[in-house]
Amino acid sequence: MMITLTHYLILAAVLFCIGVFGVVVRRNILIIFMSIELMLSAVNLVFLSFSRYLGTQDGHVWVFMVLTVAAAEAAVGLGIIVALFRNKQTIYVDEVKELKG
Amino acid sequence: MLRTLYQYIAPQTLAWLIVALPLAGATINGFYSLVASRFHKHASHSFTSLIGCGLPVLSFVISLLIFVTLIGFSAGQDPTMITGPLFQWVVTGNLTIDLGLKFDQLSLVMVLIVTGVGSLIHIYSMGYMGHDEGYARYFSYLNLFLFFMLLLVLGDSLVLLFVGWEGVGLCSYLLIGFWFEDPTKAAAGKKAFIVNRIGDAGFLLGMFFIYATLSSHNLPPTEHQYNFFNFEVIKHHSAYLMPVATPICLLLFLGACGKSAQIPLYVWLPDAMAGPTPVSALIHAATMVTAGIYMIARLNFLYVLSPTAMQVVAWIGAITAIFAATIGLTQTDIKKVLAYSTISQLGYMFLALGVGAFSAAIFHLMTHAFFKALLFLGAGSVIHAMGGEQDIRNFGGLKEKMPITAWTFVIGAAAISGIFPFAGFFSKDAILWHTFHGGHISLWLIGFVGAGLTAFYMFRLVGMTFFGQPQMGRGEWQKVHESPPSMGFVLLFLGVLSVIGGWVGIPEAFGGGDHFHHWLSGVFGKMVVHEGMEEGHAAEIILTVVSLLWSLHFAILASVIYAQRREWPTKMAEKFQFLYKLIFNKYWIDELYDFIIVRPLVTLSEKVFWGVIDAKVIDQYGVHGAGRLMIFWNRCVTAVQTGVVQQYLLFFVIGVVLILWGFVF
Repeated sequence: MMITLTHYLILAAVLFCIGVFGVVVRRNILIIFMSIELMLSAVNLVFLSFSRYLGTQDGHVWVFMVLTVAAAEAAVGLGIIVALFRNKQTIYVDEVKELKG
Repeated sequence: MLRTLYQYIAPQTLAWLIVALPLAGATINGFYSLVASRFHKHASHSFTSLIGCGLPVLSFVISLLIFVTLIGFSAGQDPTMITGPLFQWVVTGNLTIDLGLKFDQLSLVMVLIVTGVGSLIHIYSMGYMGHDEGYARYFSYLNLFLFFMLLLVLGDSLVLLFVGWEGVGLCSYLLIGFWFEDPTKAAAGKKAFIVNRIGDAGFLLGMFFIYATLSSHNLPPTEHQYNFFNFEVIKHHSAYLMPVATPICLLLFLGACGKSAQIPLYVWLPDAMAGPTPVSALIHAATMVTAGIYMIARLNFLYVLSPTAMQVVAWIGAITAIFAATIGLTQTDIKKVLAYSTISQLGYMFLALGVGAFSAAIFHLMTHAFFKALLFLGAGSVIHAMGGEQDIRNFGGLKEKMPITAWTFVIGAAAISGIFPFAGFFSKDAILWHTFHGGHISLWLIGFVGAGLTAFYMFRLVGMTFFGQPQMGRGEWQKVHESPPSMGFVLLFLGVLSVIGGWVGIPEAFGGGDHFHHWLSGVFGKMVVHEGMEEGHAAEIILTVVSLLWSLHFAILASVIYAQRREWPTKMAEKFQFLYKLIFNKYWIDELYDFIIVRPLVTLSEKVFWGVIDAKVIDQYGVHGAGRLMIFWNRCVTAVQTGVVQQYLLFFVIGVVLILWGFVF
């Protein structure tokens, strides 16, 4: 069996959906955070697949961009998590609902 | 000289100035008063007086110019001028209302009275209101009144008349309640306003009736085709109004009853005496209250179509005349006596209108404006001198201290009582003679008795105020002083007018020219007034002499009794206690109205309109209902906003999926 672009795209879509599912469903903020990383990786995979398929380097460039942003995001996000834990002594997001109307 | 003037300004333009100048005065003084009080400064009296008196006087001068011009330039013809529409006020499918002024014999007389007497009273007010805080505000209102009154008498359509009609009502309200810090005075203003509204409702219905009738006919297409309220148009098409003349005239007469204080709507006028005395003189004696008489005289072509309405007008007038005269006999407030006398005199004018003697009514209107303004201003002078005291039982002997006021007041009283040769003699006898000659013997009898009562209560007033022994303390007697020259001058001027004012209408029976009636015959026609007068001269002379003696003996009787024998009336009052109480309490009419109209209305509005409709329906369902609806929607919407970020994200994802779904399929 030949592994085609379609397979890569389906894999990426599955990974992305797992990520979305994790963000929406899990209560642990660290897991949510990891799910976001998973979604970013899925997108990276799509970039690389198309780059390879089309034979250009643009996708590679964007992947480095995304990785950089993801690293920055991880730094900020972990900082927020630490701050949240210090304030609330919890890492479960459903216990943080100050914005309830 | 006039021709030179008219090279620069057309008489029509000049005519608009008559109306515009008082309005300008009202605006300037109004803003001046507002600005001054905003910056906590006292408004300058000299500036206010200059604007407030100067512009009405100018307006009077222009009226005189127009009067002279119209007489001079229309040799032999009717001295009429229509300024033509200044602009079209209302233009709809089948109704047009133009703003234009109409000068004819009737409105010329009215304009001269309004601006002339008005200017004199403005000048008098400078002295009378000199110490008042609201000096600029007062003159602003007074000028505004003059503007509306001039609009009323000069307007060329019923609508313009009505605008003036309502405007003078507003100014009357403002000036009655001029000292609004006093709740009773503010209440008197409200009473005048509300009672007048009842009459105005009738007036409006009458106007609608005219419109409905005229617009249902196909009038010949002219440029005035849809100008239904124009006097010329109504007059021209009055044949169409023939079948409904009675309801129209009666409804309009209801309006006149309100404005001119006739039974059953007269109750506001005695209370209106709460205003400053010059206001009582100008608005509630000389000009505004005669608006109803002017209106009926203006619409004389309509009233002659309905004998029923004429009968009603005559009877209401006659009954009011004697009814108010009896109340005047017992009142002790100097202004109240004059107020009831005004109501009574207005009744005479309506009597004249009702028997078809329109020019006699306008004649009496004019002389009444002179002598009643004089009497009120004289009363104002007395009140001014006595430091606000109005009870005639505390006066007496004032002729020693204030001769000008006293003697001009006596002239005024003689004029109103119909003593020869003062103004009222000619006008009142014109009314009585026309009533008698028209065959209305019972109406004449009522008027005749009323004339005697008039003489009696007026000279009772004179006797108690100016003659006899002073009834006040020594200290107060020392302080009494004659009024300042600006007031004395006006009194003298009006005194002269009260003497000679009637001479323009000396009847032919006395060898006079009867100029006044001839002058007005252009408006009223010659139909009722001059038919078969020649044979009646002897009868007219006899009747006049009889009524002169009748009034004279009452006048002398009253002045002797109330100056020298004050205990007699008291004894009489004790003897006829019930009658005295009935009259002294004004037949309990105010209490009756209070009981059958005011209280039920108040109860109805408190229990039903406020208690049920307002509190229950509007508050519960309307105001609170709207609030509850909002709270309900608020609950629905806030249910979504849980504060759990993940749920938001879920909605977000669902949204994205739906949008993608839409793209794909």
